[in-house]
This record gives sequence, C-alpha cells and structure tokens, in this order.
Amino acid sequence: MMYAVAIIAILVTISLALVRALMGPTVYDRIAAMNMLGTKTILLIAVFAFLTGRHDLLDIAIVYALINFIGVVAVLKLVEQGNFFTDGAVPVDKKSGANNK
Amino acid sequence: MIESAVDITLLSLIAIHAVAIIRMRSLFAVIMLFGGFSFLSAGLFVAMDAADVAFTEAAVGAGISTILMLATLALTYAHEDVQKEEKQPTHKPWLPLSVVLITGGMLIYGTSDIPAFADPNAPAQKHVAPYYLKKSLPETGVPNVVTAVLASYRGFDTLGEVTVIFTAGIAVLLLIGGRRKSKIPFETRSNKE
Repeated sequence: MMYAVAIIAILVTISLALVRALMGPTVYDRIAAMNMLGTKTILLIAVFAFLTGRHDLLDIAIVYALINFIGVVAVLKLVEQGNFFTDGAVPVDKKSGANNK
Repeated sequence: MIESAVDITLLSLIAIHAVAIIRMRSLFAVIMLFGGFSFLSAGLFVAMDAADVAFTEAAVGAGISTILMLATLALTYAHEDVQKEEKQPTHKPWLPLSVVLITGGMLIYGTSDIPAFADPNAPAQKHVAPYYLKKSLPETGVPNVVTAVLASYRGFDTLGEVTVIFTAGIAVLLLIGGRRKSKIPFETRSNKE
C-alpha cells in the first residue's frame, strides 16, 4: 500500500516535469525537467523493485543514475561551449572584442 | 492493479512525448524529449520484467543517442543557432499520415493473432526455452538465463558483436571527437576574470 502511494506520487511528479519540459521557455528549463524525469525514473524503478519483490532491479536503477548524470553533463557542456572538443575554453573574438586582426 | 496503473500512466506519458516530438519545431527541445522518451520506455520495460532490454534502452536510447544527436546538432549548426526554431514544413501531411495510419492499423490487426503477454503456452516459450530454463544453471553456472545464453551459449556471437560495436565506436570518435586545434585563438575561462 505504501509503495503504491509512493509510485502514484512519482508518476504525478513525472507528469509535472513533462509539463515543464513541454512549456519550458528556456533551454535550461528543459534540461532541468529531463534531469528530473530521469531521476524520477530511477526512483520509480527502485520503488517498483520493492513493490514486486525483485530486488535485482535496484542494480538497474543505479546504472540509470550513472547514465542520467553523464547525459546531463554532456548536454550542459554542449549548451555552454557549443562542441565537445574544446576544453572549456571560449573563442577570443566571440566575447565582444571583435579583435580579429 | 498498481502494475497496470503504472503501465497505463507510463504509456500515456510516452504518447504525450511522441506527439510533442512531432509538433515541436525546436530541434534542441526535440532531442531533450527523445531522452525523456527513452527513459520512460526503459521504465516501462522494467515494469514488464525485461530488465536487460531496459538496460540497453537506457544506455543507448537515453545516453549515447542523445549525446550523438546533440553532437550532430552542434556540428551542423552554428553555436548561436542551436536553440533556433526550425521552419514550418511547406508540404501537406496527408500522404505520410495515411501511410502511417494504414501501417498502424495493420499492426494493430496483427496483434489480435499473437499470444497474450507472458503466456506460458506461446510457441516462443515451447521451442528451446524449456531446455535453457532447465539446463542453463547446471551447464554454465550463470543464474540469469538471458545472460547465460548471451555470454555462454552464444559467446562467440557476442564477441563478434562487441568487436563490431567497438569498431563503430572508434569510427564515431574519429568523426566527432578528439581535442582539436581551433583556428580561432582560444583563451581559457579561468584567466578571463
């Protein structure tokens, strides 16, 4: 019973995150919503594992947490610097200087 | 009861995702929604007791393919344009819509013929499944039957698949990755302050 209530609460939270991802005016709203959706999926799997008594599903939940983290870091890196291959550096002439020769 | 409630809710959320992906014109938002779609499908697979399929879906669908699509977006668009909206399509959707409706109708008609979910008398469960269920633990010592089939009975097949995936990964890394020298002079963020 307790697990069922927890699952319903998590599903409601997923719907709210989805609403934010659909409406989200800025990119960061969508990223935060997707990160939260991934976290809620992990919680859902963990609670579901206890609800159905299949405790080996907890390992899957841990792997999901890792994948979610790596994905969000990659997305943020891309949004911040526009590629995956520069080392957190920004081009000089992009920053208001326009001092290209 | 609660399992079917979870299934129905997850499926409706996935359907909302799909409609939103079709309707939305900002490619960045569409890629984000693809990630959410994959995570919800993976949750659905877990709820249907297909943990290994869910594993693959989360790793490939939510993890790798999101990053690959974002990298493609970054390589094909200028940095400022990544968050720009796509243009509205000029053609009418009636031909693709009718094709999709006819194909979907045929697929739904086809589901009336397949056995019920987890039916023990389905033909797929009658063929070699009893042998593996009975013999896989004493023959291989692996408690999970799917893992026993993939890693022991079909070990050479899996080795070949891993080789193919490794080669493809190297090729993709060569195409998109690696730290490159940029033509524009760079200045690290720390000495900006």
